[in-house]
Amino acid sequence: MDTIKLTIDNREVEVPRGTTILKAAEQMGIKIPTLCHFELDGLALENRPGGCRICVVEVVGRRNLAPACITECMPDMVVKTNSFRALNARRTVLELMLSDHPNDCLQCPKSGKCELQSLAADMGIREIPFKGQQSQYPIELSPSIVRDANKCIMCRRCESVCHEYQSVGAIGAVDRGFPAVVNTAFDDPLVNTNCVFCGQCVAVCPTGALSEVDNTAKVLRDIANPDVKTCVQVAPAVRVALGEEFGLPSGSIVTGKIAAALKAIGFDYVFDTDWSADLTIMEEGTEVIGRLKAFLSGDKSVKIPVMTSCCPAWVNFYEKFYPELREYPSTAKSPQQMFGAVAKTYFADKIGVTRDKLVCVSVMPCVAKKYETGREEFKVDGTPDVDYSLTTRELARLIKICNIDFANLPEAEFDSPLGASTGAAVIFGATGGVMEAALRTAVEVLTGKTLPRIDFEEVRGLEGIREAVVPVPGVADLNVAVVYGLKNARTIMEQIKAGTCKYHFVEVMACPGGCIDGAGQPYHHGDASIVKARHKAIYEADRSMPIRKSHENPEIIAIYKEFLGQPCGEKSHHLLHTHYFDKKIKFDLEK
Amino acid sequence: MCGPQIKINEASYRTIKDICASFDNNPGELINVLHKTQEHFGYLPKEVQQIVADCLGIPVGRVYGVVSFYSFFTMKPKGKYAISVCLGTACYVKGAEKVLDALKSELKISEGGVTEDGKFSLDVLRCVGACGLAPVMTINGKTYGRLVPEHVKEILAEYAD
Repeated sequence: MDTIKLTIDNREVEVPRGTTILKAAEQMGIKIPTLCHFELDGLALENRPGGCRICVVEVVGRRNLAPACITECMPDMVVKTNSFRALNARRTVLELMLSDHPNDCLQCPKSGKCELQSLAADMGIREIPFKGQQSQYPIELSPSIVRDANKCIMCRRCESVCHEYQSVGAIGAVDRGFPAVVNTAFDDPLVNTNCVFCGQCVAVCPTGALSEVDNTAKVLRDIANPDVKTCVQVAPAVRVALGEEFGLPSGSIVTGKIAAALKAIGFDYVFDTDWSADLTIMEEGTEVIGRLKAFLSGDKSVKIPVMTSCCPAWVNFYEKFYPELREYPSTAKSPQQMFGAVAKTYFADKIGVTRDKLVCVSVMPCVAKKYETGREEFKVDGTPDVDYSLTTRELARLIKICNIDFANLPEAEFDSPLGASTGAAVIFGATGGVMEAALRTAVEVLTGKTLPRIDFEEVRGLEGIREAVVPVPGVADLNVAVVYGLKNARTIMEQIKAGTCKYHFVEVMACPGGCIDGAGQPYHHGDASIVKARHKAIYEADRSMPIRKSHENPEIIAIYKEFLGQPCGEKSHHLLHTHYFDKKIKFDLEK
Repeated sequence: MCGPQIKINEASYRTIKDICASFDNNPGELINVLHKTQEHFGYLPKEVQQIVADCLGIPVGRVYGVVSFYSFFTMKPKGKYAISVCLGTACYVKGAEKVLDALKSELKISEGGVTEDGKFSLDVLRCVGACGLAPVMTINGKTYGRLVPEHVKEILAEYAD
């Protein structure tokens, strides 16, 4: 390998040609502060505009200071990361930024998680010498995301994820000079743009400019209301991430503690979205089998590939960008909505309350799930199937508000009858998991034989687009693909449009690595090792389950017997399936 | 429950499509497309930017980002006679601001505004490259130099049609 030698802070280092000063310093244990720079190693997410100038360092012999994040190391370069000049410049840049930043850290939704705040603390900022103009933007509330442009520092991380990673392009830099800010086109509200509410902008925003809609107060109010019963469901990916908020190592599996905490908070019934993930596999799996059989027997009218439809940002994406292909994704509702639909019918009947007296709360690794709960088609007589969706971060706040010592909490079980689950359900939380869970059931149903091995290693991994051939003896070799990031999903959609798509079944998740890095998860600030630890934990959780195939979940078998009848039957069709809308912008031409 | 509808005159729609097609619908030509489009319509309203975005296959935010960045592009229709007052360094020190104030009070509009009858619009810019004639303004491209506030009434009278 072509390497070069240079000196950083009086120590010599050898790095491959092309390495930035930032990376070279990092491997020597020197942490140059950054702000606009963002990189999620191995998950193809990055923002390197070199714009904020917080990382400036002195390069001996160079006239001006160099931004370490985009300046490549050169042979015999002598770099000083903490020279008086560099420190002074860095402080001035930060002070200027803070001079146009609201001083409301105490009430800010990012307080304690804010990178600007940490930087100010680390750099010992005690006063802001510059008194200049202050931005005055109204705060925008959307169904999922809150935008406070006054706190925007124009790092443009959000713009990078929205445009480059998701290929959506709902927000970006507008205007110039002092009024320059990240905004929607024409200052339109997010709901009127192409925004799919994936929330990755919130996940990468270093400040409080982007945050999620907070439902914790509403949930506490309902728990205290003696006239209603409350039930809660927890998504798979939450259990491998929530521990981080309480100082546990990344990748800690805290399923039992979550159940205990939710009971301590005061929910009447503590259930599991893993249960409805198993239900999703029954419905979606049956649909896949039906469509595949028809396709393989030569029916040209059937749409292949079948695509998953669990990810609400992905659903928004095809409704807004590819409505003409909306018959490809499965009609199965997401696990969150299947849970809500069953809770407000079957379960409400069981405990003898009407649907308006049962409050259904979900805890999701997701920001888009908030939007999903508000969809009109998921309401009956004006009441939604799922009343509120909380992010993993909001649950952490609830636990703290309720004086619960989470780290030392004894474990508890989920309640019955919507609480039992399998290993197939927990892997829904990672990219490839829905595919694998569906294969575990579909292949057994198609062949009529017990699978000799249930680990479909070929669909696991963290690459953005993965494909595999899954042989189904006596039926066909199935071509499957697993993608995350909507830009990758767009690639598949373009293939379908062009008639070149070779897949039978495609899984799509919007967020990096799937729900494990959903936008509602604890902030990782660009540390990819956290996401990888959660990924590992998801498969550990799967291996530790006594039952690992959805169709073997006893509570799922029971509900079909007792209430639903057949998968994709009449009752299921009504409760567990949905349809999609054409939400693309149209031009109405007038003569 | 369908997506947003954007009402637009069919002829305008075709014109924008043709302009974009003349640049092979290449998103790299966005600025040139916007120049041509503004030349045709006089300004770049929201609907026009939406169609440009659609033709070039880019998010409308990208288009709006460029339109809002460059002061040459405007989302408001200009007056029949577009007045631009130079506030570049040379013009500024030679009293351009007083000329601007005279125009504002004469036309009863502020910078970026258009008179009620749509006849005049008033903008400021930085340097037209005629510093020797400072302070300078242009009306529909015609340059007026060595201005003093007292000239304003007289010059506007030239456009009394």
